[in-house]
Amino acid sequence: MKRLSPKLTQTLAYIFIITSTLIVILPILGVLFLIIKRGLPAINWEFLTQMPKMGMKAGGIFPAIVGTFYLIIGTLIFSLPLGVLAAIYLVEYARENIFTRIIKLSIVNLAGIPSIVYGLFGLGLFVIFLHFGTSILAGSLTLAIMSIPVVVTATKEALESVPDSFREVSLSLGATKWQTIRHAVLPYALPGIITGTILSLSRAAGETAPILFTVAAFYLPRLPRSIFDQVMALPYHLYVISTQVPNMPLKLSYGTALVLLGLVLFLNLWAVIIRTHFRKKKKW
Amino acid sequence: MVADSVKIKTEDLNIYFGNVQAVKNLNLEIFKNEILAIIGPANSGKTSFLRMLNRLNDLTPGFSYTGKICLEGQEITAIPVQELRKRIGMVFALPVPLPVSVYDNIAYGPRMRGIRKKSQLDAIVESALKEAYLWDEVKDRLKDNAFLLSGGQQQRLCIARTLANQPEVILFDEPCSGLDPVSTAKVEETMLKLKNKYTVVLVTNNTKQAARVSDRTAFFLMGELIEISSTSEIFTNPRDKRTEDYISGKFG
Repeated sequence: MKRLSPKLTQTLAYIFIITSTLIVILPILGVLFLIIKRGLPAINWEFLTQMPKMGMKAGGIFPAIVGTFYLIIGTLIFSLPLGVLAAIYLVEYARENIFTRIIKLSIVNLAGIPSIVYGLFGLGLFVIFLHFGTSILAGSLTLAIMSIPVVVTATKEALESVPDSFREVSLSLGATKWQTIRHAVLPYALPGIITGTILSLSRAAGETAPILFTVAAFYLPRLPRSIFDQVMALPYHLYVISTQVPNMPLKLSYGTALVLLGLVLFLNLWAVIIRTHFRKKKKW
Repeated sequence: MVADSVKIKTEDLNIYFGNVQAVKNLNLEIFKNEILAIIGPANSGKTSFLRMLNRLNDLTPGFSYTGKICLEGQEITAIPVQELRKRIGMVFALPVPLPVSVYDNIAYGPRMRGIRKKSQLDAIVESALKEAYLWDEVKDRLKDNAFLLSGGQQQRLCIARTLANQPEVILFDEPCSGLDPVSTAKVEETMLKLKNKYTVVLVTNNTKQAARVSDRTAFFLMGELIEISSTSEIFTNPRDKRTEDYISGKFG
């Protein structure tokens, strides 16, 4: 059999590569197109700011938006400090030994745990054992535990990308270890930490399984009064109106999906903006 | 030289990194207000020795040592490490400005020691920059990011940053390895002026630089101190064959 000419092989390879890329992005574009096309007509001021009415078949999704917003804030409050401090320990203090290797391995594996497992864990620990009940507190904590591995990994990478020479210079000028971390390392790791945290939040905002048993309310047409209240949340609301309510106007489901998607994309956009902004400023 | 002019003294110093011995049985005295140059090929233990003096080796995993190092008669391990590093400043091979303004770079050390008053910091920054002969070039650019300075200016900025701590000893670790000849000359000129006030230890790969600026020169080879004496003697009349070979460029 005659071998193909190098030029032809090159062209063929290129065609395969381009086709694969198109196949990869096609579903994303498809999802976006479908949701925007069918969801956009549902979006109006009432939809975004009103309580649901008539068993969710009319009215708005305001409580679900507010609920998801509270959950994002709650997740941030718990996951950011814990994740960042743990990463600082791992990068700046921990020595390379079996113990730290186990910690690092656990963090990698935590990121791979199915989210429903986090949901059940949150139910067991926060809702039942700690008596938080189905509440914003329990849901935020569950989402935070799920987000922490991502925050730790992002922070670790950000800290490791700060040149060691900065630490040496700071120490050689008589700074203590903590002063060095605080003034010569953290400021330069901050953009990476913020970006990683936002991305983890945007993932948490869209999760259904972890909030299923810990916070999400099926139908609760009022706003929460304390962190021990249940709330509606966008992903769970979407699941509910898509599968649990008969004769649901399809428009509302797509509208809800569009709001959720918009929220997540909005968060990701900020992560990208912050990253680009600081990459331009970075000089070392 | 008389005993009270000894600034730093090492006794039977051995430095190890894991199983590798970087410095062997070193006995050395460094006198006040001298420039001591340490020359030698790669892996001769020069930098390991230098980083021993301000205890930067402590950061390297696997580091251990035996023997004694005294700063004015006091063992360095008895001095709180932050104070030791304030008294023994260091300038690194490549200029490492922090990515903040010129001013904030110089004020870094004093701020870490709790000096907050602006007027006081202003005075420290100005005098440190003047001492490093950089003031005239940067006095209008104090708020500029230090990365905007040229390589030579950055290295003199690093010298000024060290001076802002009002050290007693300044360690230079191949300070001109990344610089062009003109910047090198400026840094060398700065070093010569510094020795009136400070004790200077200069590790260099450039034997000519040692000859140009130092009072005494020590030759290290494979972790051992082969020879130490006045620079003119080392370069004109070395006692050891290996020193002569190295200086004349036969190896290394």
